[in-house]
Amino acid sequence: MAAGSTYTPIATTTISGTPASYTFSSIPSTYTDLVLIIAGTASGGTNTYVQFNGDTGTNYSTTYVYGDGTSAVSGRNTSTSTPSVGYISTAQGVSTVQIQNYSNATTYKSLLARWNNTGVLVAASVSLWRSTSAITSVLVGCSSGLTFTAGTTLTLYGIQAA
Amino acid sequence: MTPILGIMASQNYPRVTNSYESIATVNVGAGGQSTISFTSIPSTYKHLQIRAIAKSNWSGNVVSYAMTLNGDSAANYSYHELYGSGSAAAAAGSANTSYMYAGVILGNSTASTWGATVIDLLDYQNTNKYKTSRVLTGADINGTGGYVELMSSSWRSTSAVNSITLSLISGYGTLFSQYSSFALYGIKG
Repeated sequence: MAAGSTYTPIATTTISGTPASYTFSSIPSTYTDLVLIIAGTASGGTNTYVQFNGDTGTNYSTTYVYGDGTSAVSGRNTSTSTPSVGYISTAQGVSTVQIQNYSNATTYKSLLARWNNTGVLVAASVSLWRSTSAITSVLVGCSSGLTFTAGTTLTLYGIQAA
Repeated sequence: MTPILGIMASQNYPRVTNSYESIATVNVGAGGQSTISFTSIPSTYKHLQIRAIAKSNWSGNVVSYAMTLNGDSAANYSYHELYGSGSAAAAAGSANTSYMYAGVILGNSTASTWGATVIDLLDYQNTNKYKTSRVLTGADINGTGGYVELMSSSWRSTSAVNSITLSLISGYGTLFSQYSSFALYGIKG
């Protein structure tokens, strides 16, 4: 039986100033999956990354594949503190990040991301956070010392299974 | 989730409220489960989506698992995939197969890690079209392997989809493991 409408906006922000990151905090545990949408620009070309629950340790890893208009490439970042979920630059970049079973206290957390950046690349990735903790906060950041540009939007949705 | 077309269109187009609904969920319990089935799927949606985390009792790491529709296990499917192994990007495909690809799954050689999948089954009720699935899936196990994949499959039938079965491919495990979870959603159009 259907559990009714789901896919609920939890929070959204439009960046002002030039922060290097933004944190969604106090995320309710009542959903099954989270979906993070990143749409915007940065002070230069940079990967965007996520961190959960304030964990800045090298407890993440990412396997990715991308096409840049010339080549198809795959790579992996192991034991990293900044798992890539997108790429933004002075040109618009967009990412959709699926955070599956985020409040499950038995499994490590897996993320699926698809992203693209105007004139640069199209990509997909899977990332792992090696923690069984339920996710209560999500930090979205720019790598390489770069910053988000004002007007960039970050939106977090919750999807609840029956 | 309001259909994107509704967001981009003029304000005169009617908005579809309650347009993304949870239909059913299967959570695998202790002892495991050999197949995952969604039956009696309502005909009232435009598209379906399955969101899952999956693990099996296979002794290896990462492998694909299968999806069939309406109980059809004959060679009426085909699939393509683009994937990254962490060291190389590659593509593969196969015609006249007995299943669609549903995603990647972790075997029991890796603790605490489940494969993640989002499956879109588009226009599932349309009796004028073959059915197409689109999959984003992957599993990363921090340096000891992992794959991220984009998959697409076709079911050469114009029948409306009323059931979906997820199963392990022969030789790659016999049971979905406890804590695997599969959720079916309907999207209205």
